Amino acid sequence: MSRKPYAREISSEWIFRHPRYLRYMVREFSCLFIGGYALLMVVGLMRLSQGPAAWEGFLQALQAPASIAFHLVALAFSIYHSVTWFNLTPKAIPLPFISAAHYAGWAALSIALLWMAGVS
Amino acid sequence: MSERMVELEVLRYNPETDQEPRFQRYSVPCREEWVVLDALNHVKENLDATLSYRWSCHMAVCGSCGMMIDREPKLACKTFLRDYQGVIRVEPLRHFPIERDLVTVIDDFMAKLSRVKPYLIPKDEKALEAGEYRQTPAQLKRFKQYSMCMNCMLCYAACPEYGLLPEYIGPAAIALAHRWNQDSRDAGRDERQEALAAKEGAWECSFVGACSEVCPEHVDPAGAIQQVKIRSTVDWYLEHLMPWLKK
Amino acid sequence: MTKSNKPIVWGPFAAGGTLTAFLTPALIALTLLAGLGQVPEALSYEHLHAFAAHWVGKAALVVVIGLSLWSAAHRLRITCYDLGVRADAAVATIVYAGALAGTGAAVLYLLRI
Repeated sequence: MSRKPYAREISSEWIFRHPRYLRYMVREFSCLFIGGYALLMVVGLMRLSQGPAAWEGFLQALQAPASIAFHLVALAFSIYHSVTWFNLTPKAIPLPFISAAHYAGWAALSIALLWMAGVS
Repeated sequence: MSERMVELEVLRYNPETDQEPRFQRYSVPCREEWVVLDALNHVKENLDATLSYRWSCHMAVCGSCGMMIDREPKLACKTFLRDYQGVIRVEPLRHFPIERDLVTVIDDFMAKLSRVKPYLIPKDEKALEAGEYRQTPAQLKRFKQYSMCMNCMLCYAACPEYGLLPEYIGPAAIALAHRWNQDSRDAGRDERQEALAAKEGAWECSFVGACSEVCPEHVDPAGAIQQVKIRSTVDWYLEHLMPWLKK
Repeated sequence: MTKSNKPIVWGPFAAGGTLTAFLTPALIALTLLAGLGQVPEALSYEHLHAFAAHWVGKAALVVVIGLSLWSAAHRLRITCYDLGVRADAAVATIVYAGALAGTGAAVLYLLRI
């Protein structure tokens, strides 16, 4: 009997084979917005280093519709990153209540940061 | 006993005559409690004796009847027909070459499995008279779930990274290596690290997590792989930044 | 088989992924508020300048920006591979270099404050 195994081609079709793969891709795409926001912070530091007028200009630029849109989308993606990250943490660090502890820490830190920044 | 007709669309491939696989339809009178494997057996016994597929136990123990059922890796013996509507598409496991019909070539997985040394490597071999290796329930709990793996390879069919890079050692092999690494009687982690910490080892995983989702035995290979990554990272930093610690 | 040097790039990725999971949503909320005209006190020039002038503030900013960029770069590298881009070495060089350049720029601006 002759053998002639057939190897199927691999395409990007797998992304749509099951919703879990699509969710994975969305999770990975969050990097564009988290990285993008870090670059925005770099630009902010540049403007800050150029003096008060430049910084005011930066704050003004934040009010542009494109900036608001970016912020909203980036906020959604970054929250999705946090949720997926903390949900998967127990797999990497199998300790009891590790996921709950991370969520509690996330909430406490976010509130503390906003409070210290003077958001009322 | 109520019967209903179920349409199966099965991928066929005959290496002697076919250039490439094709789908073939079968109408099967099915009983309410039938699984996909029952329907395939009905086809083979009554409709088409040339259909080839692997199976053995019919009770989710042997791990032979893994196949793609409506594009999801499943055990045919554990997948009830009543959970499906319309035509049910049955294909061989993804990412493995097709030997014939639903039978795949699994040599690659077998070779990888033996590379991770999935067996007890004790520190000192004990003489038989010295008695058994003892273990507390807590020590057992650290690895028990991983020992449920029955090598059905559904996790390999679910893993896109294995599809993209066939050299990747893959979920089940890492889970089983981890099973022995976690065993209090075992001292073979250094030997297994050769395969696990290699480029084609745990590092090819991007934590899609599909392996753990499709596992019919609820093993968590994705968890095992992340734990291997963390330990390998600690190993690496200790080895390169604090070489004086080296034993 | 030799052991991989992946831990060099994976260590900062895991650290950055954890850090951004804790911090980034709140940080985005701060500049979003500023964009909506409700500039938080901390984002006023005096406050932020004082923060960035102190070495602790400098260190915090460099760590946050550096690890965010690195973990994003690492994920982007893997996403490119997932989408079928085979030139992994080239992609890796570009994204990691980008992350380092961004971090370097942040350090440079902070030294001027």
